[in-house]
Amino acid sequence: MRAGLVLAFLAVCLLAAMLVGSVVGPYQIPPGEVLKALIARLTGAPVTAPIDTILFQIRLPRVLAAALVGGALAAAGASYQTLFRNPLVSPDILGVSAGAGLGAVLGILLSLPVVAIQGLGFVTGLITVVIVYALARALRSQNEVLVLVLAGIVVGALAGAGISLVKILADPYNQLPAITFWLLGSLSGIKVSDVWSAAPLVVVGLLPLVLLRWRIGVLSLGDDEARALGVNVTLVRGIVIAAATLVTAAAVSVSGVIGWIGLMIPHMVRPLVGPRYDRVLPASVLMGAAFLVLVDTLARSAARTEIPLGLLTALIGAPIFVWLLARGRRVWS
Amino acid sequence: MIAASNLAIGYGTTQVAMGIDLAVAPGEILCLLGPNGAGKTTLFKTLLGLIPALQGAVAVNGILVGDMSRAALARAVAYVPQAQVMEFAYTVLDLVLMGRTAHLGPFTSPSAADHDRARSALNELGILDLADREANRISGGQRQLALIARALAQDAPMMVMDEPTASLDLGNRFLVLARVQALRERGFGVVFSTHDPDQARELATRVAVIADGRLAAYGTPDETLTAATLSDVYGVPVALERTDTGRTVIAPAKPVS
Repeated sequence: MRAGLVLAFLAVCLLAAMLVGSVVGPYQIPPGEVLKALIARLTGAPVTAPIDTILFQIRLPRVLAAALVGGALAAAGASYQTLFRNPLVSPDILGVSAGAGLGAVLGILLSLPVVAIQGLGFVTGLITVVIVYALARALRSQNEVLVLVLAGIVVGALAGAGISLVKILADPYNQLPAITFWLLGSLSGIKVSDVWSAAPLVVVGLLPLVLLRWRIGVLSLGDDEARALGVNVTLVRGIVIAAATLVTAAAVSVSGVIGWIGLMIPHMVRPLVGPRYDRVLPASVLMGAAFLVLVDTLARSAARTEIPLGLLTALIGAPIFVWLLARGRRVWS
Repeated sequence: MIAASNLAIGYGTTQVAMGIDLAVAPGEILCLLGPNGAGKTTLFKTLLGLIPALQGAVAVNGILVGDMSRAALARAVAYVPQAQVMEFAYTVLDLVLMGRTAHLGPFTSPSAADHDRARSALNELGILDLADREANRISGGQRQLALIARALAQDAPMMVMDEPTASLDLGNRFLVLARVQALRERGFGVVFSTHDPDQARELATRVAVIADGRLAAYGTPDETLTAATLSDVYGVPVALERTDTGRTVIAPAKPVS
């Protein structure tokens, strides 16, 4: 009952954040005008020229992309934290961000078109996690989870070294700024087509997480207990890793690497809805989406130039996280 | 019914014990004793199908454990682990609800009926008032009872309990033991490991003692819990003493002076 109310409240927050994101910008569109334009668009009525272009070509795609990326990263973080029974785990624990980063900066180095950079980032992100998973399975340890996380750190560090190499090789005037900007995350220059290419992947990844929500929650008790309770742990864990990786890679390929959201949002959600994954997942999606919409609005309106998103999420996330830690273990437990 | 025949247990290539034959049926309590490191937990994991048998087989209701799906096995045998603090602060009710998992479809969450079953399991163990408390913030004995309630909610006729009285104070220990005895009287079959031979004598219909990589003794409490066997297994001289009320208790053997 209470969890349902919280979810409804978070949904309203997300809609409000999206309205704010549509209103704020160099060309202010009053909230009433935004709603009018939306209704007009839905009913097929004409929309005045500047509002039509700014709202539907520039601002809304960006707001939608922010919601998509924020929700996706928070969902992946919530899933990994439950799966690995560790509250300090973030979506890139298995190296997906580092892998996607390597692919994308390679794409920039090779001066590929934007779509190819995104595609390359997505594919290398997936490949990285496949390598990590295969490595962990090949090592055949008793403690599968520990080996998986350590393999993720090792392969992620290798990818990080690859990124450094690309940075050294890159043209410091044309390519290096783009690489740096991408590694810090940004939604500037997002197009409707970007949203349409990433959204299906995010939805496809979220679907198994939603469907298996109860069994994924049981995994948080540990392998032996979950098995004894009737869960096919190996299968469910494989599905969660694949789904969370897909979701993260799809998000990162659009926005670049944005830290903190996947780590922090589930922690902010648990005091509201409790630790049960079947509640933490939808609440994280809603809060993560609303959070990144607001952060992105700040990123494009607070200063003359765009502030990288990863920088802002770190600035906001670090103090919030310290505050959550100071509130005691109860937050995640 | 859980039956092990000519079972060898261990991890990978490391064998811990071999030649284990035992069986437990509904309405029976099998107590498992053995020194630290003898392989009690390894045997439990093998009985639950969590690790494969190195040799021999475990059958539940006549079907090999390896041939059963996780859910089918969970509907036949419930596992009660030692109560430990969890990473996430589930309520007692949430924890017990997880016992319903094997009865749910792969994509479904517990229904109102499952909630009712979880509450009735808590009620059966007398801890319904703890339902909304955080499971990490109740006493160890209460948490152990909550885990037994979860096994009840699992609706499996057999339960495997890993040292359910370890690290409990005297009052909680007696409480848990009384509940286990009540479960047997209701027709549950229980496998139960303990470090206390007196508990085994009090509760068990049968006792299995694992030591030195083999089944050192298997039979009724009177057959197995002899001074000779216990002295041998635990490596200290012990004596059985009869109390005024007719109970037999285990004590260190008085040195002959």
